[in-house]
Amino acid sequence: MKIGLFIPCYIDAFYPNAGIATLELLEKLGQDVEYPMDQTCCGQPMANSGCNSDAAAAEALFVRNFAKYDAIVMPSGSCTHHVRDNFDAIPQTDDVKHVRKNTFELVEFLHDILKVEEFPWAEFPHKVGLHNSCGTLRALRTASMSELGEPFFSKPMDLLSKVKGISFATPKRPDECCGFGGTFSVTEEAVSARMGLDKVRDHHQAGAEYIVSADTSCMMHQQGCAERGGVPIRFIHIAEILNGARA
Amino acid sequence: MKVKPVNHAKAAEEFLEDAPHLTFHDERLWDMRQKRDQQMHLLPEWQDLRTRASEIKEHTLANLPEYLEQFEANAKKNGIHVHWAKDGEEHNRIVAEILEQHGAKTLIKSKSMVTEECDMRAYLQPRGVTVTETDLGERIQQLDDQLPSHIVVPAVHKLVPDVARIFAKNYNTDPNDNSPQSLAEAQRMAARPVILTSDAGMTGGNFLVAETGTFVVCTNEGNADLSATVPNLHIATLGIERLVPRMADLGVFVRLLSRSALGSPITQYTTHFRGPQKGGEMHIILVDNGRSTRLGMEEFWTSLKCIRCGACMNTCPVYRRSGGLSYGAVYSGPIGAIIDPTFNERKYSTLPFASTMNGSCTNVCPVKINIHEQLYKWRRVLAEHHELPFVKREIMHMAGKLMGQPKLYRTAINGTEVALSTLPRFVLYNWLNPWGKHRELPHPVKQTFHSWYKQNRLKKDKAQ
Repeated sequence: MKIGLFIPCYIDAFYPNAGIATLELLEKLGQDVEYPMDQTCCGQPMANSGCNSDAAAAEALFVRNFAKYDAIVMPSGSCTHHVRDNFDAIPQTDDVKHVRKNTFELVEFLHDILKVEEFPWAEFPHKVGLHNSCGTLRALRTASMSELGEPFFSKPMDLLSKVKGISFATPKRPDECCGFGGTFSVTEEAVSARMGLDKVRDHHQAGAEYIVSADTSCMMHQQGCAERGGVPIRFIHIAEILNGARA
Repeated sequence: MKVKPVNHAKAAEEFLEDAPHLTFHDERLWDMRQKRDQQMHLLPEWQDLRTRASEIKEHTLANLPEYLEQFEANAKKNGIHVHWAKDGEEHNRIVAEILEQHGAKTLIKSKSMVTEECDMRAYLQPRGVTVTETDLGERIQQLDDQLPSHIVVPAVHKLVPDVARIFAKNYNTDPNDNSPQSLAEAQRMAARPVILTSDAGMTGGNFLVAETGTFVVCTNEGNADLSATVPNLHIATLGIERLVPRMADLGVFVRLLSRSALGSPITQYTTHFRGPQKGGEMHIILVDNGRSTRLGMEEFWTSLKCIRCGACMNTCPVYRRSGGLSYGAVYSGPIGAIIDPTFNERKYSTLPFASTMNGSCTNVCPVKINIHEQLYKWRRVLAEHHELPFVKREIMHMAGKLMGQPKLYRTAINGTEVALSTLPRFVLYNWLNPWGKHRELPHPVKQTFHSWYKQNRLKKDKAQ
């Protein structure tokens, strides 16, 4: 299986360590991974703003970069959601269909496709609060949601539970959106920032030293709110912990 | 005159500045969501009920004309006068005519979102009709001259001292008496004489039953029953989408309604109105007011399944932190954001963007309306209809172009200085600036992933 690695723009520019950890982790698990150098963006920001036709160029480029791979893996729930569920600014050719069908968010790829049983190199002796982005929770369904009253399941927690020394904090409102929401974070700045502050406070009060998530965009926003609001909590991408980061 | 879009973001910002109100609002509504969850856990068949409710509503909406005619015929057999109103204006005229025929000058009414849609009080007042709301929350909103901020708990954005201030102004009570008991008592003392002497009564309604020609009103205060039965004249106003085919269908909806709304198993009063009381007269006004048009909208017609429980509002993290009035519309919250643009696309063009599209609303909705997907679809429709702010449209257009050209894109992000010099000033100062108002920016890094990969993987490959 040849894997194409997609690194979302904000990870590329602001959180390269999450990207590096994703690559190294997949390599440690014996995967054949390539990062196409001409990649930019999946088209989500334009499409989510309603400007779907403006997403066409990014989507077309995405398909040119990734059509040749058996699987496309990305450390981002919201980008995966866009490619899988909303990627329709361009004609739905066989290549487009192939790409949409074979794009995976990292956690679901590790959990459902590779079915990884252990991360012997990983140890994280900290109490963490798990943040499931709304994309992973309610679109990709990598965890149960409180709205449906379904039996508990959590693919990210399954994976993290295999890490030595880790423990979990339980926030009061685990499924509440953190308020990032893409351009919402700018156009509805006040509500967005308040939601972010409430989110990081909830985790902090539950005793979390770190917030861990499969989505860096949520954490970029939460980190900004925590730092401004004086909430002492740190942030780490799930790939970094699974790849063996200690702190 | 050009209609100005509602500035939800600004109204929300003002709402957020008042900590006591914000905290109460958020926690009160979250508590309702949690009580709803508890009720859901008590019913193993909850998801089946949602599916069934959705199917019944979709079936009914797909056969609406037939069921409406069936309802009309059966209601007439029960001795009910049936009226049809194509819009708010016609609705209000019908009400005024019925009242005039009876020489009625005073009207008591229970909660009805349809009369808010039609702005009925503003129509009747200058025609010499005194309208008194009998639902406590609705009465508070009437006295304060505000729209209901929530479809189930209309004054949920107010604290007790706000009510004390409003009652002091209208009922001469002590403005410093913040006891809920004495405020409730003041309202009771003010309302009872009005109810007992009123010429006519009006109610909304939750369900019309086609096979029986009857309708059902669900309330918790008993005020609808007083409004309907104390005066001899009862006018009921309902939207045409309130219909269910059979009496048996009610079992599904009555079980879902109050559990979803307040987290209680059932409303205190669930009254079936089957015809006029002895010596009285009963009228039903079936209101379209845009519903037929909505029914014809391929992507949005299922919003008509709504049973007005407000569960989407209670769960919405944006609604809880911005307050219903910030939506500037009769219907607020997630359901409002997908319904309001059908009334006025430009005025409510901002509302589908007042959402993170987190999808919680869709998953609590008892009739399974795909609310957050409709929000997404509305954004597309509004962009196509040029209802997006100029700056946003331009930025998306530029970003879209940039994202299609890898070389240009690399140049743009490889250094902040490059980005700053390529991005036009209006982008930075009008649009991206708000990020930093209540938030820190991400920390700068030494190297992008792209350049790390080039250095650590591509060069290695070549060396091998």
